[in-house]
Amino acid sequence: MTAPVEGGQVEKLATGIEGFDLVAGGGLPKGRTTLVAGTAGSAKTVFAAQFLAGGITQFGEPGVFVTFEESPADIRRNLRSLGWDVAAWEREGRWAFVDASPAPDEPPGVTGTYDLGGLIARTEAAVRRIGATRVAMDSIGAVFAQFPDAGVVRHELFRVASLLRALGVTAVLTAERLHEYGEVARYGVEEFVADNVILLRNVLEEARRRRTVEVLKFRGTVHQKGEFPFTVMPGEGVVVIPLSALQLRQHSSAVRVSSGNAALDEMCGGGFFRDSIVLVSGATGTGKTLLTTEFVAGGAAAGERCLLLAFEESREQLFRNAASWGRDFAAYEAAGLLRLVCEYPETASLEDHLIRMKQLLAEFRPQRVAVDSLSALERVGSLKAFREFVIGLTSFIKHQEIAGLFTATTPRLMGGESVTEEHISTITDSIILLRYVDMFGEMRRGVTVLKMRGSAHEKVIREYRIDDSGMRIGRTFANVSGILAGHPRVTTPGELERLRELFGDAGA
Amino acid sequence: MPGYRLTLYIAGRTPSAERALANLQRICAKDLHGQYEVSVVDVTEDPQRAEQARVLATPTLVRELPPPIRRVIGDLSDHAAVLVGLNLAPVEGA
Repeated sequence: MTAPVEGGQVEKLATGIEGFDLVAGGGLPKGRTTLVAGTAGSAKTVFAAQFLAGGITQFGEPGVFVTFEESPADIRRNLRSLGWDVAAWEREGRWAFVDASPAPDEPPGVTGTYDLGGLIARTEAAVRRIGATRVAMDSIGAVFAQFPDAGVVRHELFRVASLLRALGVTAVLTAERLHEYGEVARYGVEEFVADNVILLRNVLEEARRRRTVEVLKFRGTVHQKGEFPFTVMPGEGVVVIPLSALQLRQHSSAVRVSSGNAALDEMCGGGFFRDSIVLVSGATGTGKTLLTTEFVAGGAAAGERCLLLAFEESREQLFRNAASWGRDFAAYEAAGLLRLVCEYPETASLEDHLIRMKQLLAEFRPQRVAVDSLSALERVGSLKAFREFVIGLTSFIKHQEIAGLFTATTPRLMGGESVTEEHISTITDSIILLRYVDMFGEMRRGVTVLKMRGSAHEKVIREYRIDDSGMRIGRTFANVSGILAGHPRVTTPGELERLRELFGDAGA
Repeated sequence: MPGYRLTLYIAGRTPSAERALANLQRICAKDLHGQYEVSVVDVTEDPQRAEQARVLATPTLVRELPPPIRRVIGDLSDHAAVLVGLNLAPVEGA
């Protein structure tokens, strides 16, 4: 990561915490102490430890962990589950503990004035011994619990902060908060590390836990404002989802890829754009999974790898469906052109789903990705979380410059729109609607391309049928209006004439 | 006859360290009747000893013998608190 140094700007030190450095404008202020405050269970300790682990594994920078609460043995064990072998780093002289956790014997009596000279001497010695450039202290509240005189502790922690500054190390101090939205930290600790404050939250939102990180202030340097969701992953630790910090690079690629259906390609003006996101919206049974299958097959025919993330149907079912339309998923898989991942939406939070999808994309490096259906994920989190998830996924896919196809199920059979549509229609490049048309006592189906960014496309609604070769798109619905609104109405030729006169040319 | 083994941890020759040393001398002479062994560790010179003993506050006085280990913090000016904290039996009464 780069650390921008512009006139008078504080230099940044990349933490190595994925996504966080983007949110923090490059990392933590270098050579300063940053307060990381959060309620119980807000992943403060993981954040502090990961700041050191990131330094060790990514930048070759040794770190000192001063623990006031948990024993080093507990921390080693906890961090091992995240994939970090602290004991090995200790042997290599890249990690050192200062064990300031309460001794097992009874708390010492106070016989007169005291200071925390022992803590300061031990911290300095550990930093010098391994040449540490990073220090984590976890957590400040436990120091106040160990010593009865809060005034002395506050004063001594101020001395610790001065020492760290003098040593030139970048430090993270964690502190407890009682409430998610309230004073920064207990005991007024922000008074002595006032310059840089990060808040970690763990909020109950619609019966689900949602973690966020917010850079409250970085004195003299820039950072992103507001809360960013994050998750704690086994083997990775804290992963921040930088959302609005992502830049939406607009690609004007004119390269087209086939949707897998020649007639649909034609309707789109020659196929989908390679680096675009297409949303297919329709009620249940309109053929969304079929379009997805054709999209996969279209990729396979062109020798492109496709990642299919299915949240509604099982693997067996998808294989059977594909076979019934003459598409052989097993053969695509064997040829390495298809990776099919089926999951229940409820198995993970949206943040975890997003990170898993990113991992799959990074691993498989497909040219196409299909999500069937995106709307199945709506119920996993709050609306806000869903929207953030969709934005995160969309921008990630766009960065990869691959073609994406999402499906959304509309709640009503006729017309209507889904939450998914409402939230992502402005983000997607193209929207294809699949709609039931109730005519003369018969359910028929119609397809239309509602939007095609950067290209001309057909504006008519065509009828289609589904048979054993897939989706057969036919002629336009002549003399019918109100299909999209869910109230198809056959209009007489006379009325059509009148409409044409009203709108100039009401046809294509 | 094994008496007391005490270690006083100080951080440099600060006023409170000086007070602690003077108070400790007085306690040894008055309350321990020669049955003691005292060492003084300056944590700024020997931080490793402080690490091993997990000393945070200075001055800290640790009673290493007889077991169990007991410790008090502060400059030892509160005589009664020292006796209670280190569980030093007032000898003359017995």
